[in-house]
Amino acid sequence: MDPRHLMDYVTTYTCSRHIKLAVDHRIPTSEFGSVMEKSPENQYPVTAFGWAARDSSGVLSPFNFSRRATGEKDVTFKVLYCGICHSDLHQIKNEWGTTNYPVVPGHEIVGVVREVGDKVQKFKVGDRVGVGGLLGSCHSCENCASDLENYCPKMVITHNGTHYDGNPTYGGYSDIMVCDESFVIRFPENLPLDACAPLLCGGITSYSPLRHFGLDKHGLHVGVVGLGGIGHLALKFAKAFGVKVTVISTSPGKMKEATERLGADSFLVSSDPDQMEAAMGTMDGIIDTVSAPHPLLALLGLLKSHGKLIMVGAPDKPLELPIFPLLMGRKIVAGSSIGGIKETQEMIDFAAKYNITADIELIPIEYVNTAMERLAKADVRYRFVIDIGNSLKN
Amino acid sequence: NISPISHSLTHSDKHKHRNKMAKSPETEHPNKAFGWAARDKSGLLSPFHFSRRDNGENDVTVKILYCGVCHTDLHTIKNDWGFTYYPVVPGHEIVGIATKVGKNVTTFKEGDRVGVGVITGSCQSCESCDQDLENYCPQMAFTYNAIGSDGTKNYGGYSETIVVDQRFVLRFPEGLPSDSGAPLLCAGITVYSPMKYYGMTEPGKHLGVAGLGGLGHVAVKIGKAFGLKVTVISSSPSKEDEAINRLGADSFLVSSDPRNMKAAIGTMDYIIDTVSAVHALFPLLSLLKVNGKLVTLGLPEKPLELPIFPLVLGRKMVGGSDVGGMKETQEMLDFCAKHNITADIELIKMDEINSAMERLAKSDVRYRFVIDVANSLSPP
Repeated sequence: MDPRHLMDYVTTYTCSRHIKLAVDHRIPTSEFGSVMEKSPENQYPVTAFGWAARDSSGVLSPFNFSRRATGEKDVTFKVLYCGICHSDLHQIKNEWGTTNYPVVPGHEIVGVVREVGDKVQKFKVGDRVGVGGLLGSCHSCENCASDLENYCPKMVITHNGTHYDGNPTYGGYSDIMVCDESFVIRFPENLPLDACAPLLCGGITSYSPLRHFGLDKHGLHVGVVGLGGIGHLALKFAKAFGVKVTVISTSPGKMKEATERLGADSFLVSSDPDQMEAAMGTMDGIIDTVSAPHPLLALLGLLKSHGKLIMVGAPDKPLELPIFPLLMGRKIVAGSSIGGIKETQEMIDFAAKYNITADIELIPIEYVNTAMERLAKADVRYRFVIDIGNSLKN
Repeated sequence: NISPISHSLTHSDKHKHRNKMAKSPETEHPNKAFGWAARDKSGLLSPFHFSRRDNGENDVTVKILYCGVCHTDLHTIKNDWGFTYYPVVPGHEIVGIATKVGKNVTTFKEGDRVGVGVITGSCQSCESCDQDLENYCPQMAFTYNAIGSDGTKNYGGYSETIVVDQRFVLRFPEGLPSDSGAPLLCAGITVYSPMKYYGMTEPGKHLGVAGLGGLGHVAVKIGKAFGLKVTVISSSPSKEDEAINRLGADSFLVSSDPRNMKAAIGTMDYIIDTVSAVHALFPLLSLLKVNGKLVTLGLPEKPLELPIFPLVLGRKMVGGSDVGGMKETQEMLDFCAKHNITADIELIKMDEINSAMERLAKSDVRYRFVIDVANSLSPP
């Protein structure tokens, strides 16, 4: 897809002049030249260190930058772990055409509070906290008022975004984070920080649509397409809701794990037409986590009448939407993107109650480039998490 | 490929039908019938002799007064979708008078003004039927170009009479004119049902109606009756004056004007998309607010392109809908009678149908042709 179309997609949701500025900042510097006057190390007073990608090769390497001083409403925390989301990979390689290098990815960030501002009420030093995909919003639009900061037209994303002061945002592959308390999530004591970092994106991305689209009712049958970072968490949340879950995957090799270890009720190989046909009209909903372009017709066929296909992966090319199955069965195709802060906290508390954690492979920061290569081949069960606390040293 | 009538025209059904068709259309049933049919994909309609069944104990026989011309009729006679089984007698916006009722029929009597819409059969025993959703029953049979429960082909309302199971007959309310009310039986329910189901009825919210034709103009009227703000989205600037001054729309967007469209980005809660040709969804999705809902009702020949990013970034939804169940169709008729909602029609004679179809193909009608069957259809 022409990257300019993607820019259009983004700009349609970010109407303000301020965000137009942010979007302009996202235009690759090779085309427009750098618009930043200060170097990353001098933008703010606090020294910070992380790993960044500097071009579309996506190779990550040590990067010195800076963070703002803890403001009166800010929480500053030492990063212990950061999950690697597939969108980090899309972004470091500039697959969406919106990356402004250098980029420090990472939005499944957990750690321990080391300083709070004077007006901070919800957190104190020593608390276990996390930050997900966003760290700013306008607090005054209809979306923010409905606890839907993730749909605010002025939302600030955790990396490759722009702070309201005009400086770029750098994410969690770094030693510290400074964040307004309204966007900080508390981690209950019983949740292991490393295995729960991925909940901050992969978790909320599946939890939110299961709730919003009513696919969380006991006895319903939900399909999960793609058994990766989001998919395996969608499966765990859905099972915790009492929903029957079928994993739909192109990899027959994942079946044993899916059914025996992860608790899926059944497994469909999507490339097997007989299996797919036998399952037609059996599902109340489907959470589709696949971001590569793929056909929707067979998935719509799996839905019962009035069924819902929810896209949480975002293919960058339009997909074919066959109209007859949609109309004849009164079916819908909808999308969903992470979740608001209140719902993210609710999801974390739910995970604590039901012992839901991600299946992770803990890696040192030096392994991150190899991890990205493996992630591109879906060779991970099911999320890499960087052991920042023990391996990120300047 | 999923055909909408695949459940009623499977290979074995066709085989059964062919056996029954050892009898011709004229002789397969005991009562002579006359209408106009298309015999091939030229779509040309011409006089056609066939037959109707006897009025069974659950049946109502309807002498047809008027029949609306739906765009689906045009798609079907030209075999645009590839599953027309010629000869086809179209017509599923039928209003007439009950002339016979079977002994089990309690809701209708002879002389009643009645309507017959898009479906005339279902299994009447599945979960969908139990929930008054006959339109989603796997055994649902369309009024024409489908196989009825007796294994014979259904012929539609471009004809003198029709015999229908009472469950699929509608009472035509007092005060709803037969001619301009006929199109409600398809166009009306097609927009009313999804507006209710998808919750597009909150007064004060903003509805966009894409396409100002048969479905679109009724959607504007029903939208206004629900207390919505209505914007018509159309490629024809010439329709603006009518849309606003006569149909009651609050505003008008020319879809081919990029500045117009850009200014309206993120302003609509709902969109009813009635456009039947293949068209771009992205500009329409942009018009929706976060959590916005687009219902697509047109039936293009090819799949549409669905951009996924706007759905994900805005938690938006694209949904389908297929007419409505019988209970809801009756509710819609009563609603329209109460709010004085009728279609804007051009009444034509049966022998004008072919030029009407040519004009319909060019959207040259404000906004539905209705055939004056009783006064113009006569066997040669």
